[in-house]
Amino acid sequence: MRSRYSVFSLLANALTGQKGWTPAWRDAAPKPAYDVIVVGGGGHGLATAYYLAKEHGIRNVAVLEKGHIGSGNAGRNTTIIRSNYLLPGNEPFYEWSMKLWEGLEQDVNYNSMVSQRGVLNLYHSDAQRDAYARRGNSMRMAGADSELLDEAGVRAYAPFLNFDDARFPIKGGLLQRRGGTARHDAVVWGYARAADKLGVDIVQNCEVTGFIRENGVVVGVETTRGPIRAGKVGLAVAGSTSRLTRLLDLRLPIESHVLTAFVSEGLKPLVPGVVTFGAGHFYVSQSDKGGLVFGGDIDGYNSYAQRGNLPVVEDVCEAGMALMPQIGRLRVLRSWGGIMDMSMDGSPIIDVGPLPGLYLNCGWNYGGFKATPASGWCFAWTLAKDAPHALNAAYRLDRFRTGHMIDEKGVGAQPNLH
Amino acid sequence: MRLPCPYCGVRDAHEFSYLGDAAPRRPDPAAPDAADAFHDYVYLRDNPAGAIRELWYHGAGCRRWIVVDRDTRTHAIAGATFASGSASGDAS
Ligand SMILES: Cc1cc2nc3c(=O)[nH]c(=O)nc-3n(C[C@H](O)[C@H](O)[C@H](O)COP(=O)(O)OP(=O)(O)OC[C@H]3O[C@@H](n4cnc5c(N)ncnc54)[C@H](O)[C@@H]3O)c2cc1C
Ligand SMILES: [Zn+2]
Repeated sequence: MRSRYSVFSLLANALTGQKGWTPAWRDAAPKPAYDVIVVGGGGHGLATAYYLAKEHGIRNVAVLEKGHIGSGNAGRNTTIIRSNYLLPGNEPFYEWSMKLWEGLEQDVNYNSMVSQRGVLNLYHSDAQRDAYARRGNSMRMAGADSELLDEAGVRAYAPFLNFDDARFPIKGGLLQRRGGTARHDAVVWGYARAADKLGVDIVQNCEVTGFIRENGVVVGVETTRGPIRAGKVGLAVAGSTSRLTRLLDLRLPIESHVLTAFVSEGLKPLVPGVVTFGAGHFYVSQSDKGGLVFGGDIDGYNSYAQRGNLPVVEDVCEAGMALMPQIGRLRVLRSWGGIMDMSMDGSPIIDVGPLPGLYLNCGWNYGGFKATPASGWCFAWTLAKDAPHALNAAYRLDRFRTGHMIDEKGVGAQPNLH
Repeated sequence: MRLPCPYCGVRDAHEFSYLGDAAPRRPDPAAPDAADAFHDYVYLRDNPAGAIRELWYHGAGCRRWIVVDRDTRTHAIAGATFASGSASGDAS
């Protein structure tokens, strides 16, 4: 049994040359069969396994990951967490996620560096202010916090912004103080360690290449480490979802697109929380090391290449300059891409089916990091009970057929616009 | 990325707008299975990792719709044709 992390274990190891640490989780070899297989060792898959074991007592579970855990979008995102949604299908789910974030480190006994430094969405016009006022009220109705700031309020919070831009002057913003950032790979490692402790097998370098079906029921998977049978198979593979469902002749309301993130060289403390531009797609925060972490739009055409192209680099940097002209001489250290599962209404799917034995968790667009705890929690519930929880009841796959889309942006079935 | 417009030649992707997979064809609204067929047409996609035929609009050029053969894993482009008159791409 691995020990709990505590101030005492830190001190003891500091005094003994850090030689007493043991691996945080077992590198498990696959068993021939499990009660539940979760495909995909990103944040969502690992959180699902953890909550299956913790909340539902289902511990004969494997997470199958084709590379190493956290090598997908979980380890590539800009780490923003928030619950500032408008629509009733979304806001209670994301607020539940925020509540789970608030207790996560104690729950899994791992420092995920959840930092509630605030998320500020800027507005630049009266119409945008009214839209944010409505959003802020909708958040409060779901129990979240929100504050509508006027220009003076924003000046007090982030005085360095370009307030008097001729085209897009900053008039105020919607602030969620409980929003912020979390350390993405620590989230992955924390869930992995906690799930492992409860008996979950985390199997890396194990790519799912096919499904075992009997009489139409999914009863297991073919992998690069041999066939593995399961009572239930849940998919949590984000941008790779269509690649797997294709093997089952299923077509989904999803397109895969590439999103790029950027990090600059380190600076002294400048940006207090997360700031998003309201007149272009740009969001920025500052990491604990001092680098600005920022991003913008997807490239806009279907892509499975984990790297973006130059037009978006230019576009993101232009938007950044419009908001914070002082970063003009800052050097970008790195940029990288991740493949996102863009759904047709911009909202996710957590559901039973569509084949017996199969369960879907996908359609996260570029907002799935903040959803990690609630997604795992709801997917575990859905797997355990064979029915969605009230919090993911709106995230059904058949909503596209029945007309119950959850289109936060109101742009319709055009994934590159969400 | 640069796209080979059959009329203008090889041009920067900046000049084009993207619509998406050229495969879906607008179903007959009077057909008995129209509800199913429209669900399929509007929402469901093959989303291939590999070769795709897709619609781009050359807005900053000849203003024609073209169908581009591209590999979604590498962005390698095998060719492009005008959408109208070609077998795929109902871009009207
Ligand atoms: C650049 C970028 C910035 C982002 N910024 C934010 C943000 O600020 N806030 C936010 O909320 N969200 C953000 N996101 C979105 C968020 O990262 C994703 O929605 C979320 O991580 C997806 O869930 P996941 O962690 O389970 O996915 P992943 O980490 O991608 O997990 C899926 C896993 O499945 C594995 N897999 C795939 N195929 C197979 C197979 N056949 N067999 C076995 N395993 C397989 C993959 O290797 C991968 O590890 C961003 C994404 C990107 C790319
Ligand atoms: Zn042209």
